[in-house]
Amino acid sequence: MNIIEVRNVTKEYSNHIALDDVSISIPRGQIFGLLGPNGAGKTSLIRIINQITGPDKGEILFDGQRLNDSHISRIGYLPEERGLYKKMKVGDQLLYLAQLKGLSQKEALEKLKVWFVKFDIKTWWDKSVSDLSKGMQQKVQFVSTVLHEPDLIILDEPFSGFDPINANLIRDEILELKQKGSTIIFSTHRMETVEELCDHIALIHKSKKVLDGPKNVIKEQFKTHTYFVEYRGSLTGQNGFYEVSAEKELENEYRRATIHLEENRSPNELLASLLPYVEIRSFGENIPSMSEIFMRSVNEIPEA
Amino acid sequence: MRNIFLVIKREYLVRVKKKSFLIMTLLGPLLFVGFYATVIWVAIGSVDTKTVQVLDESGLFRNEFKDSETLHFDFINGNIDSAKTDFRKTEASALVYIPKNVIREPKTVRIYASKNVSLDLKSEIEKVIEKQIEDIKLSEAGITHKILEDSRVNVSSETISLSEEGEKNSSSAAATAIGGVCAFLIYMSVFIYGTQVMRGITEEKTSRIVEVIISSVKPFQLMLGKIIGVALVGLTQFLLWIILTVGLTSATSAIVSSQMSKESPQVQQEIEKMQNGMPGRGMPGNAVENPMAEILGAVNSLNIPLILGCFLFYYLGGYLLYSALFGAVGAAVDNDADTQQFMLPITLPIIFSFVFAQFVLRDPDGSLAFWTSIIPFTSPIIMMVRIPFGVPAWEIALSMVLLVIGFMGTTWLAARIYRVGILMYGKKVTYKELAKWIFYK
Repeated sequence: MNIIEVRNVTKEYSNHIALDDVSISIPRGQIFGLLGPNGAGKTSLIRIINQITGPDKGEILFDGQRLNDSHISRIGYLPEERGLYKKMKVGDQLLYLAQLKGLSQKEALEKLKVWFVKFDIKTWWDKSVSDLSKGMQQKVQFVSTVLHEPDLIILDEPFSGFDPINANLIRDEILELKQKGSTIIFSTHRMETVEELCDHIALIHKSKKVLDGPKNVIKEQFKTHTYFVEYRGSLTGQNGFYEVSAEKELENEYRRATIHLEENRSPNELLASLLPYVEIRSFGENIPSMSEIFMRSVNEIPEA
Repeated sequence: MRNIFLVIKREYLVRVKKKSFLIMTLLGPLLFVGFYATVIWVAIGSVDTKTVQVLDESGLFRNEFKDSETLHFDFINGNIDSAKTDFRKTEASALVYIPKNVIREPKTVRIYASKNVSLDLKSEIEKVIEKQIEDIKLSEAGITHKILEDSRVNVSSETISLSEEGEKNSSSAAATAIGGVCAFLIYMSVFIYGTQVMRGITEEKTSRIVEVIISSVKPFQLMLGKIIGVALVGLTQFLLWIILTVGLTSATSAIVSSQMSKESPQVQQEIEKMQNGMPGRGMPGNAVENPMAEILGAVNSLNIPLILGCFLFYYLGGYLLYSALFGAVGAAVDNDADTQQFMLPITLPIIFSFVFAQFVLRDPDGSLAFWTSIIPFTSPIIMMVRIPFGVPAWEIALSMVLLVIGFMGTTWLAARIYRVGILMYGKKVTYKELAKWIFYK
């Protein structure tokens, strides 16, 4: 079952349309990548799911119910623009934010202790937020996002501002949360993160959804029947059902060729036709990276 | 509801725990007490006597300059030049030179002093000389002292307000003082606490925490929680001030009076009267001699519970009305520096009310007083000025109802601007833009 069902949502601001008839399903227990160039409408959608603003048209279902106040405590939100009360103590601040999400003071305290041990930040409790470095503040904010064990966690660019060690720490936490059954929505521009973590993606461009589905299915869709061969010898290529689109010299007389295959032909046929002529060192299919998919989807849409 | 309470709690605790709150809370009563102590000190104190040398060439003033508690007159002879040289060697603070033909040319009188002469001293000396010259001129014209004395009338009217409860002594001075103080306190607190609301909102916006908060709390709840939290801070401060001031004042006057009693029993009597605040009642003759006691007596004749109740109401009402507007400004801008452009239309009515208050004090029942105490934007300050003088119940009721409607209106308006403004960054906001926000769906 889908935890979030976005149905035909349109959001208009005074001088532009932020979301234009967008429908997205977010399956439970997965990591969902919400992609799109700057200004595409991702933040608008996230704010609608968080009930910070409302849609002009359409509706959002959370667990099959129309979005309402009772869902607020089941969502954790880490906005792209991080922020905490600068002069408030870390402990007080986290307690406050947790209580706003519906935890009692006692529950919040217990859960906080666990996180403070886990992140080894026990000494920070009485520190002012302004005394922490930016990375430390990010950690505190991450704790505040997930402390109330929400069913849905929305992370907007979660790794920005973290050094590689802490980024790893956070990544592991995200995976653990997923194991425990939380659904995670990622909004990011970093395609390597998407590649690594996301099960599902949706791409929004110019206020419209242009792509949506499980990551492997989408990759399948974007295959171009392109293969690479590293070989020694002479590639004649007169067979007709393939075409060498690029070639590059490698060391020891090896060469690397990119070969485009006609759609109804299999890689086996290609290999069979090559074997008599060349010595093959390696062969494989060029799977499009998320980055390529992103670029292609965005560029295919004509400029409005 | 739980969330709004949490917000109120945070806003309250964060401010009350601040060092500046503690300092202001302690300093406030100290200032009050310092003021009070200075007044007593001045009233009974300035004991050092100044010596004034008088060189009277005309010989007309020998009996006119009389020594007082603070002034000692020393008559000298000789010519002015030697007197001037001698003056420098003495410790006298002034030298008055009255030439021979002073009656014909009164402007030739000179006062020499090592430092600047105080206005009081100058006017006292002038008064004595003027009076003597006048007397001489009058008697030259054939008018005797007896006629003069008889023609002098001293009017000191006693004001008595007529109300249903019967006659009672009232003093417009006491009403003026109370009204003025209340108006000033409301004026100050609207500014101080209104600005705190504005700062708080801008702080949340610039630190970007607001987006996290409003994913848990409705923007309106957040705004209202902040406004109420700050209002409670204000009330706490008032309460602490009153407690501390009363405590410190009684302690101070106890110490002062025990010291003074050794020096002068009369002074002690005076202080006791000030403390008891009751003496002049029903004894107008006595009260006239003792203005402080008169005021305190008159204060007691005022309807203190009504004044306190109204003060509380108008303090809260005025604060709520304006802090909502301050809050809207805080939400509309990106940082404190940008608030200036929107502050003017909010601060103008407050400043105007304070200016109007001076006129209303003089004419508490005029039409300016009536209208400004009915209109919600000026009523919190103006009505407080009028209430000690007595205001018809229907006027108070009308003004209160309009104030409630007023702050509900500004809160609604502010909430509309707030919910859009807090998520709007990097945009130079204009009034036109604000108007658009109000009508967003």
